[in-house]
Amino acid sequence: MRKALLATAALLIITASPAMPQQKTIKIGFISTFSGPVAAIGNDMRNSFELGLDHNGRKLGGLPVEVIYEDDLFKPEVGVQKTQKLIESDKVDFVVGYIWSNVLLASLKPLVDSQTFTIVTNAGASQLAGELCSPFVFSTSWNNDQTPQAVGLYMNQKGVKSAFLIGPNYAAGKDMLEGVAATFKGQIVGRELTRWPDQLDFSAELSKARAAKPEAIFAFYPGGAGIQFITQYVQSGLKGQIPLYTAFTIDELSLPRLKDLALGIPGAQEWVNDLPNEANKKFVADYKAKYKSSPSFYGAQTYDAVGLIDSALKAVNNDMSKKEDLRKALEKADFKSVRGSFKFGPNHIPIQNFYLQDVVKQGDDYVLKTVATIVENDQDKHFQNCHMK
Amino acid sequence: MLYFIEQSLNGVQLGMLLFLLAAGLTLIFGIMDLVNLAHGSLYMLGAYFAATFAAMTGSFIAGALLALIATLLVGMAVEVIAMRRLYGRDHLDHVLGTFGLILFFNELVRLIWGPAGMTLALPSEMLTAVQVLPGVYFPLYRLVIIVSTLAVALLLYVLVMRTRIGMLIRAGASNREMVGALGINIKLLYTLVFGLGAVLAGFAGLMQAPILTVQIGMGENILILAFVVIIIGGIGSIRGAFVAAMLVGLIDTVGRAFLPDLMRLFLSANAASTAGPAFSSMLIYMLTAGILVFRPEGLFPAATR
Repeated sequence: MRKALLATAALLIITASPAMPQQKTIKIGFISTFSGPVAAIGNDMRNSFELGLDHNGRKLGGLPVEVIYEDDLFKPEVGVQKTQKLIESDKVDFVVGYIWSNVLLASLKPLVDSQTFTIVTNAGASQLAGELCSPFVFSTSWNNDQTPQAVGLYMNQKGVKSAFLIGPNYAAGKDMLEGVAATFKGQIVGRELTRWPDQLDFSAELSKARAAKPEAIFAFYPGGAGIQFITQYVQSGLKGQIPLYTAFTIDELSLPRLKDLALGIPGAQEWVNDLPNEANKKFVADYKAKYKSSPSFYGAQTYDAVGLIDSALKAVNNDMSKKEDLRKALEKADFKSVRGSFKFGPNHIPIQNFYLQDVVKQGDDYVLKTVATIVENDQDKHFQNCHMK
Repeated sequence: MLYFIEQSLNGVQLGMLLFLLAAGLTLIFGIMDLVNLAHGSLYMLGAYFAATFAAMTGSFIAGALLALIATLLVGMAVEVIAMRRLYGRDHLDHVLGTFGLILFFNELVRLIWGPAGMTLALPSEMLTAVQVLPGVYFPLYRLVIIVSTLAVALLLYVLVMRTRIGMLIRAGASNREMVGALGINIKLLYTLVFGLGAVLAGFAGLMQAPILTVQIGMGENILILAFVVIIIGGIGSIRGAFVAAMLVGLIDTVGRAFLPDLMRLFLSANAASTAGPAFSSMLIYMLTAGILVFRPEGLFPAATR
């Protein structure tokens, strides 16, 4: 009997606590990959998010922040479980992160169904920009096909007449190859999708590329696979023969390991570490000081999520219950982005510039430099398919 | 035709790598009756050692030699410390014990070398393709892998078939107790065999390191293929491992090279390029299933015990 009374009392206390008048902390659920060969990406995102919070006095909208980091293990089925856990048992206010398009697509339904505000800081599945767009989901990155479209435009500028396209066989790989094909005016002499993520030997595909005799190769291989692809491309002696154009294959994470192999291989990106604006200078300098390495675009996009959330919370005076107002505040994107200007399209995907980046050797270091702006204020081509409900 | 030759060479190169792994695995399984899932960890260690020693000495070859010695020592230590407890027990115990070793080695590597992985850079003379036949270009380094693996295969053949220690190994495979009764130190023999298996795995790892880069868990995917090879080749047979490794390497590569194009003939281009890689990776397992149905002992079953 006493036990039963105690249990009832305990239950009362537990059920009573959510009725507290004001929210005391902002809870953020953060999903990325923190283990395995691509952990470097997740760590860069986490570092940048933490740095963003540091810059904000460890507060969002003036309230203290609690971040719960979850590892998706690079797997869609784990990503969706962790997403559900963050929504249902941690009851987070925002979910931030997602590197991989396939992980995001698997996790989208619980996010949208629970009306949890989500800031996607990398994955750019084309469906998210179009038919699967949601009032609750925002992206601080891009749509998958925008970056390769910029590469395609650059290949036209260089007068490339024929190209061989290669990428991994998953949601983003398909979007990327579609992207180049959309803007590249020359002939596409081959299009290969390789097994993902376990195929790391590209001998057969590189032989195929050589046999197709293209004027250029386009490749998309994010994370460690990019190191392997470029290494094997150089080892096969193709570097001097058929130029390589890339998207998301050479970044600050792979560069310290690629070194000379990456010299002279161009890529397109919406953010480069040397973009000349104050927010970016501060971000890059403080990141280098704190973590003794250079941030990548993964980190830059995640750093922007801090500013975005903070601006929106301030606009609604931290009242998370006014979902409509919070959505409108997020849509305004009233914060200082490391990309300079930042605005959302109607589908919550940024409208932004894409730059040409090149690998340069500075003393013993290898760095990425902005060479030119390939396309200004680019909007993805899926926004008309987005009908937000 | 020239293109087919080039793709076949790619297949042979993959086959060589698989042979190095499968030979060690099949030796250990055939002679010691031990299922060693941690074989992939030794492959990984070989690569990490080579990257470390090559960076320290500044020479790829010196790094490789030191790495082989280091994997031999680690392999023998693993046998003495862990594997001895597992002999004579059920195969499931082996699986459990060696799976534990995989986790152990992955964490150990993370502690020592960090999570980011390493690079074993090739000398710049290696970064080129050579013309093996008129019009057939092949990466020089992959050619080096083929040649050096063939040399290792030959050495292994001589060691097992033509030397006294090889005779003991073969005798140990057919009748353990009898060899022991004849006054041979069977414990030491097992340690040596396990060390030999480790060296083969380490060699595979260090040769593959410049192509695939060095990272935690790099041995796990390839180990599955190595098991497929010893099942197809016949457990305990080195000759079987060689033939099966070539077969698997060729089927995998040639499948990847030609199946998507073949499928484009009767599927839409999009469907074909999506289904092609998936289907070609199934080919090997279809072959394995066929072998298990029609020749469950494998292509070259080792002499029955």
